[in-house]
Amino acid sequence: MRRVATKLVLYFALISIGYAYLYPLLYMFTTSFMTVEDLVNPTVSWIPTRLTMENFIRSWNVLEGSKTLLNSVYLSAIPSILQALVTALIAYGLSRFNFPFKSLMLFLILATFLIPTQVTIVTKYMLFSRLRLVGTPLVSFLPAVTGQGIRSAIFILLYYNFFNMLPKTFDEAAELDGANSFQIFYKIILPLSMPAIVTTFIFSLVWYWNETLLTGMLLGNEIKTLPLALRDFAARFALMFPAADGSAVNRINEGIRMSATLMTILPLLITYLVLQRQFVESLERTGITGE
Amino acid sequence: MKLQKATRRALMGYVYTLPWVIGFIVFTAYPFFYSLYLSFFDLDFTVFGIRSTFAGLKHYLYAFRVDANFPIQFWNTVLSIALSTPLILIFSLVAAILLNNRLKARAFFRLLYFLPVVIISGPVISELIVNDAARIVDPRGYFIYSFFTALPDTISYPFVYMFNNLVLILWFSGVQIIFFLAGLQKINASIYEAAKIDGASSWIIFWKMTLPLIKPFILVSAIYTIVDLASFSNNPVNTSITQRMFDVDKPYSYSAALSWIYFVFVMIIIGITFLLLRPREETK
Repeated sequence: MRRVATKLVLYFALISIGYAYLYPLLYMFTTSFMTVEDLVNPTVSWIPTRLTMENFIRSWNVLEGSKTLLNSVYLSAIPSILQALVTALIAYGLSRFNFPFKSLMLFLILATFLIPTQVTIVTKYMLFSRLRLVGTPLVSFLPAVTGQGIRSAIFILLYYNFFNMLPKTFDEAAELDGANSFQIFYKIILPLSMPAIVTTFIFSLVWYWNETLLTGMLLGNEIKTLPLALRDFAARFALMFPAADGSAVNRINEGIRMSATLMTILPLLITYLVLQRQFVESLERTGITGE
Repeated sequence: MKLQKATRRALMGYVYTLPWVIGFIVFTAYPFFYSLYLSFFDLDFTVFGIRSTFAGLKHYLYAFRVDANFPIQFWNTVLSIALSTPLILIFSLVAAILLNNRLKARAFFRLLYFLPVVIISGPVISELIVNDAARIVDPRGYFIYSFFTALPDTISYPFVYMFNNLVLILWFSGVQIIFFLAGLQKINASIYEAAKIDGASSWIIFWKMTLPLIKPFILVSAIYTIVDLASFSNNPVNTSITQRMFDVDKPYSYSAALSWIYFVFVMIIIGITFLLLRPREETK
């Protein structure tokens, strides 16, 4: 009897927390389909009386969806691939070779994680503008290729832990067969490290997609990603649909804003639902939680 | 001449880590120290290029004495980091303990609690807040809220803050929940059984066993939380740093000074956290 009671309390707690998590998403979802009449109607709170796609069409145009979506895709996919490969190489060097100042390097890698983005944002902007790279995708490719991408430190340490758990006997056997260290990395270590690679890639993907503080500054107005377009959404909407004539049709409303938000996160939501196992379980499998 | 094997391997180690060393110098160390340098200087854009003149602590003093907005934004941000971090840690530990039970829908709940990590970004959060999507219940309607607001401000502030920022606290907890969950699963189930046989209640088991064993995870989660919150693009401080970059009378250097003030305080918060949660030397 007591067991059943605790189970019930447990489920109740989990469901209420779950509701708190889901609420913003549900709200976003239903509001996106609402017409202006439904939005102002106090008797309509969740279920729209009439489904409309009007909001989506409008906000897609204001977001310049086809352009910004493409920008978002390549500006998060390419740095993520680079990051997943480069941090693996760096971690391989740290894990399999002994050299002077190695522990200093590990310490510095840890330290870079603690430096918040905004400390270097001013000087990074100056650096890239002196190199005439502001507004080009290179501003996120170059740091990624040198292991200084978004949260690279976490990924280096993740690979480092992971490689340390792989038995060294494989390497030794391959070395006796005449393989050089890069061949060992490429032919033996990498195939064994799929969980770590997947984790690094998908988390980089998500973090690159959602990053707006630094990329917003460095990309300027030349390249807009979806989240950056969402950031300027209200201003752009007012520009495209002047509400000077006082008609309610041209006024921005929650339905339009929520549909824009929904479209910004939709690619991520789909990715998450498709790769759900990789997202949650890979974190545990890669030993990120280890010492 | 053939190099010693150890030397050769050391060299190979440098080859693999070279990209990081270059990147660290160019994209991290140089911007980091240059922004410190810049915060003590005035920049002038002349036809001959950028001229810098030493300004001493001018920008730092300006930030606190003349600037009307910065001190408010700054203390609000620091306070919200200091308040959110313990709330996030407590919540994610509780959620992890709940999820650690044998449940049917465990995978589903875990999936749900982790979801915000995937979709959270500055603009999305602002849209949700602007459109009232982040307010689940209006706390002002409840008795407990008015009870807390009736208390003196200094006492009630943390509670009122918690009610007003409930969704943000939940949404920033995803990684920490998974992290604690992994930590809990590492604890050997047999020691729980042993404690139960000895007659310990689950309350005592939590305080005397689970908490000490999970302590290293708490420290790492705490640091992760602070860094995560501090770098979030909606922070008033972060927005003001980016907005002030092109101020005509004090380009770049004022922002650099602001970012260093902020950085120092974030480091102080991390330092205090470390002191509170540091691994104590066990007596053997």
